[in-house]
Amino acid sequence: MCLAIPGKIVELVSEFPPVAMVDVTGVRRRVDLGVLVDDLPRVGDWVLIHVGFALSKIGEQEAEEQMRTLRLLGEDRAAMEEVRGYGLEEPDRA
Amino acid sequence: MDGASRIHFGERQIEMAHGAGGKATRRLVDGLFVPLLFESTPECLGDAAHVQMDGVRLAMTTDSFVVTPLRFPGGSIGELAVNGTVNDLAVSGARAEAMVVTFVLEAGLPADVLEAEVRAMGQAARAAGVTIVGGDTKVVEHGKTDQMYITTSAVGRLLPGVTLGPRAVRPGDRILLSGPIGDHGITILLARGELDLEADLRSDTRSVLPLVEAIAKVAAADLRWMRDPTRGGVATSLNELALDCGLGICLSEERVPVRDEVRGACELLGLDPLHIANEGQFLVVVAPGSADRALEALRAAPGGAGAAMIGEVRQQPAACVLVETSYSGSRIVDMLVGDPLPRIC
Amino acid sequence: MKFVDEFRDPAVIKQTIEEIHKLAEPGRHYRLMEVCGGHTHAIYRFGLKDLLPPGIEFIHGPGCPVCVLPMGRIDDGLGLAKQDGVIFTAFGDMMRVPGAHGSPLEHKAKGLDVRIVYSPTDALKLARANPDKHVLFFAIGFETTAPSTALTLMRAKAEGIRNFSVFSNHVTIIPALRAIIDSPDMRLDGFIGPGHVSAIIGCRPYEWISRDAGKPIVVSGFEPLDLLQSIVMLLRQLRAGEAKVENQYRRVVPWEGNRGALAAMAEVFELRPYFEWRGLGFISQSALRIRDAYAVWDTERVFSVAGVRVTDPKAAQCGEVLKGVLKPAQCKLFGRECSPEHPVGALMVSSEGSCAAFYTYEHRKAALADLTVPA
Repeated sequence: MCLAIPGKIVELVSEFPPVAMVDVTGVRRRVDLGVLVDDLPRVGDWVLIHVGFALSKIGEQEAEEQMRTLRLLGEDRAAMEEVRGYGLEEPDRA
Repeated sequence: MDGASRIHFGERQIEMAHGAGGKATRRLVDGLFVPLLFESTPECLGDAAHVQMDGVRLAMTTDSFVVTPLRFPGGSIGELAVNGTVNDLAVSGARAEAMVVTFVLEAGLPADVLEAEVRAMGQAARAAGVTIVGGDTKVVEHGKTDQMYITTSAVGRLLPGVTLGPRAVRPGDRILLSGPIGDHGITILLARGELDLEADLRSDTRSVLPLVEAIAKVAAADLRWMRDPTRGGVATSLNELALDCGLGICLSEERVPVRDEVRGACELLGLDPLHIANEGQFLVVVAPGSADRALEALRAAPGGAGAAMIGEVRQQPAACVLVETSYSGSRIVDMLVGDPLPRIC
Repeated sequence: MKFVDEFRDPAVIKQTIEEIHKLAEPGRHYRLMEVCGGHTHAIYRFGLKDLLPPGIEFIHGPGCPVCVLPMGRIDDGLGLAKQDGVIFTAFGDMMRVPGAHGSPLEHKAKGLDVRIVYSPTDALKLARANPDKHVLFFAIGFETTAPSTALTLMRAKAEGIRNFSVFSNHVTIIPALRAIIDSPDMRLDGFIGPGHVSAIIGCRPYEWISRDAGKPIVVSGFEPLDLLQSIVMLLRQLRAGEAKVENQYRRVVPWEGNRGALAAMAEVFELRPYFEWRGLGFISQSALRIRDAYAVWDTERVFSVAGVRVTDPKAAQCGEVLKGVLKPAQCKLFGRECSPEHPVGALMVSSEGSCAAFYTYEHRKAALADLTVPA
């Protein structure tokens, strides 16, 4: 139920039913956009593909935010260790 | 019969899986063919056999080819038949000299289809430097075969200084791969047209003999084992090695060359490139001291630019193939039972 | 690959794993259920288990549509395929699942017209191309896949294609989750929610898990960093004594779900009063059948379906493994009568089934470790 892959819309093949040509690193397949008619993706958009259907648009902003949050994990700790180094923090309980 | 084979073939009938090159095939070979056909259990069955005649050691091999569709981007069944057998000899350390060909043809097969394949075979044989010296033809009723089956058998001369076998493999040895994997299998899958996928991909079918000769030239004595990872892919070949030598075969995932299109198709279909068939690549295990030299020689040879060092042999995990990720995660990769199937889950 | 490679960045993975090690309280045992079989597969494929602190244990959830399909349904489908002029189509996942008389692939080897399709629309294409045959699509999957089947049926209706029918085995995730959580032997600390099911149903349907059962659930993507970030989020909630629904997979999952997909499902499907789940028994309102308006495309109405019920061998403990009560290796048949080469239960056939995953990724290592003298 779960295998779904990001792909880029490279061409709109038909309007009714809404079908697009999607590219996944050089592999192309017709993908039905039927569940995204409320906010139809355009050429250049990225969608999540599952069994020949696009289930969702992929939010580039959300993806970038996620990576930023994850990278901060490391920075937070680096900052905390630096502060600890100043001897201002209470010692960790063992 | 020397009661050496402890694996019996208990299955009631032959299934497709028995021909897929994975575990089921091994069970059939180890459990039925070996006990009945061999005087004593061979130490291990490689791609080719070495026979001694009047003091001369020759290598001999046979292979049959069944593929749908017959023609596909990059090649056809005829080329596969010639290159496949030349490669079996090459990876056993021999240069193919003479080949015989058997055709099993389906009544109703258009003559021009047959002509195209025979031409392709002639061309492939010339390119590979092997002489076709004879053959046989049978025709069966329409519906009894898939247009045509081809079997090729060849004999060849051993390359000087090369002695191969899983027993020679040691912890610390390096594993080289001649080029990107998965091209052939994915090309065939796409060419069948059932999955409605398009990609600019071609079968990698070719003779690997020039590449084998290139590394034999610089490191003959340090080559331990070779195999061409056809059906079942790199994973199957390396699992066979792991089982035969009892050591751990450890690959670094990021070092295994895979074309973008193959990767894309595999991600889409839920397949692992390590299980996909190749028809123009080979794996070689080299002693550590010569590994860099051997890799350079491969890369410098025509068609070898994509070669890579993909892993090494270790003591553990014994008899397994382990793949390590760039972040130190790891997983065991096993042989498949039958052919890899696309999945959606 | 964009939206894939970033989430496999080794440096960020390492640092997220360090954060997990910091968050996991020493000596505390965390039992986390990853609901979806795709997550089970991802955890093993990316080798994440060994990188996490030993106190974190994954309990594999019921989100594997192949695993929960009762064997009788396969026999029903294949029984229909034996009729003249029927082409049986299904996803690759189904092809090796054994019915009482063999799997679809085994039937194919004996001459039945059985074909693998990547999409239900490919099955519809076969119907267009073969007007003298009837194409049967054996549909499986949770809410991730059901909308695609629904849309395909809508397309078939719009085009008036009559030689096509769907044998629906679609199931819904929430009733299965309820059955697991209500089970008395269940002791779980938190849930990794199914990212692609949630792309369709959103995050609201899980609110009862935090509200009534008091457990945190984080809806997760499938790349290594998605799973690892979800574990960070779960551990933070557990440390703080919280129980909320959180969405880690925000680049794909809308909180309110996908309106268009849900509408398509509602147009074509309705809930069955009850449906049998292999290993979990009968669960009410847990599966989808085709509505009257689409009756001519419903295999179960076009054909008379035998309604075969096949009970699993008593020794097979698929149900307990499915519920997370037993580990695969604890089933009496594991590794002996039941292995990927001759699977008895569906948990061994499906590549994301707990038993198959455990066998492939752990069993060999463990078995060899027993034989090894420590270095």
